[in-house]
Amino acid sequence: MPPLLEVKELHTEFRTGAGLVRAVDGVSYTVEHGETVAVVGESGSGKSVGALSILRLIADPPGRITSGEILFDGRDLLSLSEPEMRKVRGRDIGMVFQEPMTSLNPVLTIGRQITETLEEHQGADRGTAERRALELLEMVGIADPRRRLRQYPHQLSGGMRQRVMIAIALACNPKLIIADEPTTALDVTIQAQILELMKSLTRKLGVAQIIITHNLGVVARYASRVNVMYAGRIVEAGPAEAIYHRPRHPYTMALLRSVPRLDRPRQARLDPVEGQPPDLTRLDGGCAFRPRCRFAVERCGETRPALEATSDAGHLAACFRSAELAAEEVAA
Amino acid sequence: MTVSTADRPLLEVRGLAMHFPISEGIVLSRKVGEVKAVDGIDFAIGRGETLGLVGESGCGKTTTGRCILRLERPTAGQILFDGQDVSGLSSRELVGLRRRMQVIFQDPYSSLNPRMKVGDIVAEPIKVHGVERNPARRRTRVDELLSMCGLDPKFADRYPHEMSGGQRQRVGIARALALEPEFIVCDEAVSALDVSIQAQVVNLLEDLRERLGLTYLFIAHDLSVVRHLCQRVAVMYLGRIVEMAASDELFDHPLHPYTQALLSAVPIPDPRVEAGRAFRPPRGEVPSPINPPTGCVFHPRCPVAVEACKQTRPKLRELRPGHWVACDEVH
Ligand SMILES: Nc1ncnc2c1ncn2[C@@H]1O[C@H](COP(=O)(O)OP(=O)(O)OP(=O)(O)O)[C@@H](O)[C@H]1O
Ligand SMILES: Nc1ncnc2c1ncn2[C@@H]1O[C@H](COP(=O)(O)OP(=O)(O)OP(=O)(O)O)[C@@H](O)[C@H]1O
Ligand code: SF4
Ligand SMILES: [Mg+2]
Ligand SMILES: [Mg+2]
Repeated sequence: MPPLLEVKELHTEFRTGAGLVRAVDGVSYTVEHGETVAVVGESGSGKSVGALSILRLIADPPGRITSGEILFDGRDLLSLSEPEMRKVRGRDIGMVFQEPMTSLNPVLTIGRQITETLEEHQGADRGTAERRALELLEMVGIADPRRRLRQYPHQLSGGMRQRVMIAIALACNPKLIIADEPTTALDVTIQAQILELMKSLTRKLGVAQIIITHNLGVVARYASRVNVMYAGRIVEAGPAEAIYHRPRHPYTMALLRSVPRLDRPRQARLDPVEGQPPDLTRLDGGCAFRPRCRFAVERCGETRPALEATSDAGHLAACFRSAELAAEEVAA
Repeated sequence: MTVSTADRPLLEVRGLAMHFPISEGIVLSRKVGEVKAVDGIDFAIGRGETLGLVGESGCGKTTTGRCILRLERPTAGQILFDGQDVSGLSSRELVGLRRRMQVIFQDPYSSLNPRMKVGDIVAEPIKVHGVERNPARRRTRVDELLSMCGLDPKFADRYPHEMSGGQRQRVGIARALALEPEFIVCDEAVSALDVSIQAQVVNLLEDLRERLGLTYLFIAHDLSVVRHLCQRVAVMYLGRIVEMAASDELFDHPLHPYTQALLSAVPIPDPRVEAGRAFRPPRGEVPSPINPPTGCVFHPRCPVAVEACKQTRPKLRELRPGHWVACDEVH
């Protein structure tokens, strides 16, 4: 079976006062049916823009998808008309964003927001849609769903609003859910509840997920594969286990080292990724991580390393020295 | 009993409560209830110590910090700063206190005035408090503060929007240090930062604590950062402290059912560890502080609650040396 989603050489740019920002600069990856892929990486590295590009939600101007292909279930989304694309959004691909308050309509009841989606995408009549809305709220674990259906978003807690977003995302039985920082605004305990819910529902219904997050713990708990982004590109990709235990890109290595862990003895000092995140308007032709990289050599300033296979199955890295790093030959 | 200044904690909070009135009506507003944001808490922080304050959103962490800084006038209780009760001081009497206590906020974006240059932002408290009236010497002081926080002094001429999140947070720290305070409330000071930059700022806070002998109240929701930075940790739930202990003790032997639930919810950044971990997130959500449950406020979500938990409010007891728990079901 071909993958559910295949992103090929995607490029998305923004024209800004400071110059051209290549927010997504040649990104390729796949998502299989029913699998959970996590996207992690530096703030500003193009995680959200990459996800919004799949849904064709990039405002033009200032942004534009300049090239690439996005094959979803056999169709290139970039060649669809806007009305066709609207059907894909919400029906075939569900979305969950960080701040449910901004994605929910404040003047419509929760019930209406769910039934609207169902009526629009599935041509359901009022009665059917209302029954299904009730079912969905129950499914996402909202107590007293009948009363909640008549309430407005501001009358719900942050955790409940996020559950409603998940209910809406699942309403039309999508094949893929894109969740951009779905739990960042929530407490650890509510975060755990929401993620468990998403995990069990996507398993039960066979829905694939792309989860964008900063939380490396969340990735470890829920993702089967991981894409690590830096400065608009995927710099490392592979099975979660391989990324965490055999990282092959210096940024990934530094990122994993920088987080304190509750399951390990307390370190004397944290080991940060030194230096500052890159300015995307001032990238040169070399490796974008070079100014912060402990392993940089002359060659790293000349060309940008391509994302290539490593000795590990399904594990890719974009670093000239990844083979050496793997062999631990590198003098740090 | 007489206590020498050296042994006395820098900060001691006794029976602190902050109840916000809820009013109805615009013209003739009348009080219809109250939010018990902080509902009788006690703790102390020694000189040079960092106390972590954790707990779910809305449990009263920020309010506690604001009361200590006297940005709020508490409903009840005492706040002894260096032995002096500051809970009832008037705004005039507070001027001296303001120099000794500072705060670093979560959001490096909104806590800095976007129209001011970084140098002026850091110089402002020095100017307002009349610490250094000579502009040239003030400028030297600003350069010193910026370098101390790992920023090139040339950043003084930049505007906040021209800097990264981590750099802006350093500006916030430099500003907090400008008056050479003894005590700093860090309210989610590293929460908004990218993981890769967060570790830089945590290290900076540690360095400054050692070099300047600072005392911190460190409010945060990231428990692994709290364990790293704090010597002791207090866990709050719905306006009350439910557990308090030395950091290692708390994380190795959490006793309160809420602390246990909270810790088990934290995912570990390692797929192998996570694959082998059975975990059960705590059920339900935090109840409203307007109508807190009777007895132990955690009882509606507690997996080991018994009938008595609904009736009596458990007191903080010292179950092991230095390890305090407010639950009558743990022994
Ligand atoms: N509307 C826009 N106009 C100009 N530049 C933009 C716009 N939206 C995004 N960008 C730029 O594109 C780059 C990628 O942004 P994106 O939001 O995808 O980052 P991200 O990886 O999601 O970061 P974060 O972790 O902070 O959410 C950034 O440099 C950002 O400044
Ligand atoms: N000025 C105020 N008036 C009324 N209620 C308030 C006020 N300030 C805070 N509260 C309420 O007091 C409770 C405690 O709030 P506080 O901001 O201290 O929580 P917190 O623990 O800092 O939460 P978070 O983790 O979300 O920052 C909340 O229910 C909040 O809504
Ligand atoms: S290509 Fe060079 S600079 Fe880039 S990550 Fe690898 S070693 Fe570092
Ligand atoms: Mg983003
Ligand atoms: Mg707060």
